[in-house]
Amino acid sequence: MSRRSLSGRNAVRFFSSNSVPIMFILIIAVCVPIVGFSPAFLLNEIVTRFSRNAFLILSLLIPIMAGMGLNFGMTLGAMAAEIALIFTSDWQIWGIPGVVLAMIISIPISTVLGLLCGKILNAARGREMITSYIISFFMNGVYQLVVLYMMGSIIPIVHNNIKLPRGYGIRSSVDLTRIRKCLDNVLAVNIGGVRIPLLTVAIIVLMCLVIVWFRRTKLGQDMRAVGQDMEVARAAGINVERTRLISIVISTVLAGIGMVIYLQNMGDMATYSSHSQIGMFCIAALLVGGASVDRASIGNVFLGVILFHTMFILAPAAGAKITGNEVIGEYFRVFVSYGVITIALIMYETKKRREKAGMGELLAAAQREEEKKHA
Amino acid sequence: MSNQAPLLEMKNIRKNFFGNQVLEDINLTMQKGEVLGLVGENGAGKSTLMKILFGMNEIQETGGYEGEILLNGEKVTFNSPFDALAHGIGMVHQEFSLIPGFTATENILLNREPQKKSVMSEIFGDRLNLINRKNMETQAQTAIDKMGMHIDRHMIINGMPVGHKQFTEIARELSKEQLQLLILDEPTAVLTEQEAQALLASIRIMSEHGIAVIFITHRLQEILDVCDTVVVMRDGVLVQNVPAAKTSIPEITRWMVGRNVSTSQSDGRPVPETETVMKIEHLWVDMPGETVRDVCLDVRQGEILGIGGLAGQGKLGIPNGIMGLYASGGSVTFEGESVPLNQPRNCLDRQLAFVSEDRRGVGLLLDESLEWNIAFPAMQIHDKFLKPMLGGLIKWRDEKAIEQVTQKYIDELQIRCTSPNQKAKELSGGNQQKVCLAKAFALEPKFLFVSEPTRGIDVGAKALVLKALQKFNRESGVTIVMISSELEELRQICDRIAIVSGGRIAGILPATEDSERFGELMISQVI
Repeated sequence: MSRRSLSGRNAVRFFSSNSVPIMFILIIAVCVPIVGFSPAFLLNEIVTRFSRNAFLILSLLIPIMAGMGLNFGMTLGAMAAEIALIFTSDWQIWGIPGVVLAMIISIPISTVLGLLCGKILNAARGREMITSYIISFFMNGVYQLVVLYMMGSIIPIVHNNIKLPRGYGIRSSVDLTRIRKCLDNVLAVNIGGVRIPLLTVAIIVLMCLVIVWFRRTKLGQDMRAVGQDMEVARAAGINVERTRLISIVISTVLAGIGMVIYLQNMGDMATYSSHSQIGMFCIAALLVGGASVDRASIGNVFLGVILFHTMFILAPAAGAKITGNEVIGEYFRVFVSYGVITIALIMYETKKRREKAGMGELLAAAQREEEKKHA
Repeated sequence: MSNQAPLLEMKNIRKNFFGNQVLEDINLTMQKGEVLGLVGENGAGKSTLMKILFGMNEIQETGGYEGEILLNGEKVTFNSPFDALAHGIGMVHQEFSLIPGFTATENILLNREPQKKSVMSEIFGDRLNLINRKNMETQAQTAIDKMGMHIDRHMIINGMPVGHKQFTEIARELSKEQLQLLILDEPTAVLTEQEAQALLASIRIMSEHGIAVIFITHRLQEILDVCDTVVVMRDGVLVQNVPAAKTSIPEITRWMVGRNVSTSQSDGRPVPETETVMKIEHLWVDMPGETVRDVCLDVRQGEILGIGGLAGQGKLGIPNGIMGLYASGGSVTFEGESVPLNQPRNCLDRQLAFVSEDRRGVGLLLDESLEWNIAFPAMQIHDKFLKPMLGGLIKWRDEKAIEQVTQKYIDELQIRCTSPNQKAKELSGGNQQKVCLAKAFALEPKFLFVSEPTRGIDVGAKALVLKALQKFNRESGVTIVMISSELEELRQICDRIAIVSGGRIAGILPATEDSERFGELMISQVI
């Protein structure tokens, strides 16, 4: 085999395994000149959205490591964060104390939800993704029951500005103006017109370090083992179910904290819809970064969050420029995120199938080789 | 030595699976550092015996065993492999038990990684201990050195040649400090000649270190090369226990195959000298665990051809590959026409039929009635049992014809059932097998593959199944290729028997040939 064909094959492999990020880079490259945003504006937007969203996406890494695939269970953590923020708003604890308190309150709620989700996922091995997706729909119903009917009637809610006029239930939007960007504004610096929220970025970097450290612990090692082969791990005496459960709980708790960071940046909470698409957008972002169902790294998170949000900023404007209609752009966002998830799932399956077929080809090649020798 | 208890004593070990006696009064004694070679045909009871010794769960689940096991003179009972491991018994199974994306080091010390405490682990418990990589590497290297083999401990399992995977497994067992007895279940099956030699050398080194080894293999030369004692099992009985130095390969083969009384062919018709009906050339099949390599075989019109051989040598891959259930290549001609591979429907359309060894998975619609099971393929493939309605626009099921044909086969094959509407999953294994045959017969094929037709069924049903096959062949003139691990049953009904070894045809002999000759072929190219 000549060297050139080998490097050619490597290039093909590189493109086929990174086709999603490459596709996104191409679309963005086309959109940027059409839209004509100034670089400073674009960078500002990207940095804002990066600091808003990155933590949430990092929460997806640990279940992937434990072989549980893309975890829609993070939606549960988002719900926990919203409940926590409703409480802190009602108690009128604002600013950084409010944010920290909301994180603390979200932890026990996320833990309970995560345990529940993990238990169910242990029973639905190999179908974690779809199961967690359906659980998130189910828990959305429970969430509505709690927030729409119990809050204000059974659970005490004092302030009328977050209650519905009928006296119980929470309004469809909770005003978080008084905690808006309270983390982002601490230690924020301005570099060439781009505002960088150093504290939030520091928190994200810290989280990355924690994940790196976690991989090197015994628990992290066990999760990697369980993720690759449950039966072998079990035969070596690792408690597979418990390990998987822990990975989901950690992910849900981190998602709760991530959602508080997300909402403090937004400064406004859509009580009944904030959580519903966050799982899908985070998963889409991770996949855009080149992750797959069984492999994801911190690098995938960073690349994904930047590409996906750049797309988000550009798409509505590009849509408006091309068709004269903003709605098309909005539609395009949702279309793209579902599309990305579908493509990633199809590619994952074809890759597995191709690996399987490869064995047969090897066998045939070995036989041809031998025949040649005999001839 | 006399005042010291032997390392291992197994006394009067008996085991039955649901009334089927698979082990009878096995007595075995091993000394420290002894290397014992355990041989026997498939189904002789080697694996069951080792599973008992290693405390495998399936033994408890099927009612435990009788007899006792003494380790260093003390009676032990193992309820799980972990108990056995704690007592210093290690086992390397035929299937690898390795994490594919981990390095050799990580696998060798899987779940036994050296750890260091940290602040976080003080708070949240030991599972947050950091792994001590440096220590881990040294421990892994020590284990590898102990084995006396060189493998790269940084290599990822996925990228390793099979042999190195095997050595990683062995190193993992050796890294356990308390190891006294190592069971190697066909460790050389996946090794190249050179690697196998290296493994034998490392077995000698282990033995010098005082570790006793039970070595299971089909390669008899290896047994003679490395073992102190040879133990031969046949049909659940320990037939021979002799020092390796005092025996030879032909002798062991004879003990393994046993039954010096030869030829049990029932009607003793001469081998048909008819023309070739199916020609198989350079067939390869990628069936996991039953890989077929470069098989060339001619099947004669109207004969019953047996395909025998040891488990894992590829005999099952042949029908599964031709019928399109596993990826395959090469060329197959049937009645002078080439049969395209990897297209199951095409084979069926040419009136080839297949009774799979995987009764419950491939053979039956478990939740459907007997009638459906028997009639469905014929209906699906040859439009049998269908009545055209509205000038052939709609085809209606002919319930009456289905009922008749089902009843016919129930009587003919003596299928024990409450009614033709009973669900297939409610039948016993033997009766399920008969339904599978009925299904194939109802297709009225020209050519029939039957794979392991008597596996896991009782003696009575076995005789019936074999008789039914023979009758089908004689009366309808259908060519049958029967694949079986049991040489004796092949010899009962086949005209010729091909033996597969190492994925290739090692030879074809008339069924009347001595069983010893077949035994030699079986182990001739074992890989």
